[in-house]
Amino acid sequence: MSNVPVNNGRRRFLTAATAVVGGAGVVGVAVPFIGSWNPSARAKAAGAPVEVNVGKIEPGQLIRAEWRGKPVYVVRRTEETVNSLAKHDDKLRDPNSEEAQQPDYATNAYRSIKPEFLVALGVCTHLGCAPTYHGGDYEQFVDGVKDGFFCPCHGSKFDMAGRVFQGVPAPLNLMVPEHSFTNDNTLLIGVSEGEA
Amino acid sequence: MLANFMAWIDKRLPVTDAWNKHVAQYPAPKNFNFWYFFGSLAMLVLVNQILTGVWLTMSYEPSGDGAFASVEYIMRDVDYGWLLRYMHSTGASAFFVVVYLHMMRGLMYGSYQKPRELLWIFGMLIFLVLMAEAFMGYLLPWGNMSYWGAQVIISLFGAIPVIGDDLTLWIRGDYVISGATLNRFFALHVIAMPLVLVILVFLHILALHEVGSNNPEGTDVKQPKGSVKPEELSKFKFHKQYTDKYDIVDAIPFHPYYSVKDIMGVAGFLILFCWVMFFAPEGGGYFIEAPNFEPANGLKTPEHIAPVWYFGPFYTILRVVPDKLLGAIAMFGAIIVLFLLPWFDRGVVKSVKYRSKWHLFNLIQFAICFIILGVLGTLPATPVANLIGTIASFGYFGFFVALWFYSKNEKCKPVPTRISH
Repeated sequence: MSNVPVNNGRRRFLTAATAVVGGAGVVGVAVPFIGSWNPSARAKAAGAPVEVNVGKIEPGQLIRAEWRGKPVYVVRRTEETVNSLAKHDDKLRDPNSEEAQQPDYATNAYRSIKPEFLVALGVCTHLGCAPTYHGGDYEQFVDGVKDGFFCPCHGSKFDMAGRVFQGVPAPLNLMVPEHSFTNDNTLLIGVSEGEA
Repeated sequence: MLANFMAWIDKRLPVTDAWNKHVAQYPAPKNFNFWYFFGSLAMLVLVNQILTGVWLTMSYEPSGDGAFASVEYIMRDVDYGWLLRYMHSTGASAFFVVVYLHMMRGLMYGSYQKPRELLWIFGMLIFLVLMAEAFMGYLLPWGNMSYWGAQVIISLFGAIPVIGDDLTLWIRGDYVISGATLNRFFALHVIAMPLVLVILVFLHILALHEVGSNNPEGTDVKQPKGSVKPEELSKFKFHKQYTDKYDIVDAIPFHPYYSVKDIMGVAGFLILFCWVMFFAPEGGGYFIEAPNFEPANGLKTPEHIAPVWYFGPFYTILRVVPDKLLGAIAMFGAIIVLFLLPWFDRGVVKSVKYRSKWHLFNLIQFAICFIILGVLGTLPATPVANLIGTIASFGYFGFFVALWFYSKNEKCKPVPTRISH
């Protein structure tokens, strides 16, 4: 090989240059392949806000609305339930809603705009199952708490403000979606007040 | 005539040579037992899955609106559709039965030890791809358990800090699992994953034939060239690729000796397989779960979400950890430690037959813990189940930790150099 007319320096340079340019090409061509997995324009358009009539919900009753294909729980909490929310703060992971699981206007003791209406995604923050609502028979899960949510998949527990109890797999409180009231009886899920 | 034809081919592609090297003149240890059926059975099931899968796609409709109905159409209206589908769904469970036993064989006889580390890693990659393949396939009937099972598994990626939520959105291609998710899973399930699987199986076998098969004694049938007296050499003709470098002892050609033995295994396997397929295709609710007989419904979670049985062990490890991220790490960790098994085991003696009592005990407790974890994975999460699951998880990981400690200076029995008659 020694007398073969090879310029090793030039050959190394060309190899490296080809590898770099080729590598850039590979990265470039990966963009459409990866990008095509994002939600399509149609999927995004289907995420429009939904309107819910809350006037007919009885105290203590839960109704489910559907927004972006996810269940949204709307509960009219009784006065007793609202007053009891502060009594079990010591059993909760995040009693003061410090994690950003709700819009600013719901970062309060009730995690809602109006104390009587809880609006939260019915999607467990563990692995996305729908927690079941136990109105009045919740003491089987947590002593001294009358109502709450229990996730049948892995046993996560949430109180009537969607706040997660300690010692369960779910790490965060239930998500409170952006929402607003257009009048006393009409709830708009998916949009904050003044944005619509 | 045929000889001339083969000569013509061989001049252009070494078909006869490859056949001899890998089949008719491949030196396999002469003492393979029951546990050595499962490699060839796994290949049989793979062929079954590919064949029935291709036929199922002919009538299946991969869309959120049509998938569930098209499966019912296959079951009711397509001639033999029910049979093809049950061959496929029973085959999925059979695949894992066979693969778990195949892996257990490797554990028992130290088939992952030097020089078979890469062979083991290819096997583990096959296992990993197989799990992905099975998971994606389970979404396709678009039943309610398909839907919520996928919801749970995809949400696992949400446990990754910072990018988790965006990553799950990207995987789903929608804000919830939808037709978009179904379509991409279909593409991966029928094209991408099977291609990868077949390539990995090919590499697995090539790597096996490079290092040679282990056996229940954990001895080597390839001895250094010139170290064996001529009268002790195996009487059979083996390919020169093996005999040029080694003296071959205690070996027989794979074909016809093990091809015939494997046919016996196939016959026994097919009797069991057909019994399940014809008389209990739903596997008592473990192969096809009851909620999957109603269509996917994003607003209604089944009372109790259980994975298909073969994911049970890993699912239990996930849920006994009371923290989302750590649970996901533990679950993936349970698979990663298996990958690293060749390096956890610092011993040189392969077969459990010649290893210490500690190793035998450790293997048995590992197998029992694995089965307990599997059973718990299909049961609801109660405090008692969680306690048992936690203990069994410690047993699972403890196997690897204990192995690392005792294998360094393990007291083993002397390993015979030759396989006795």
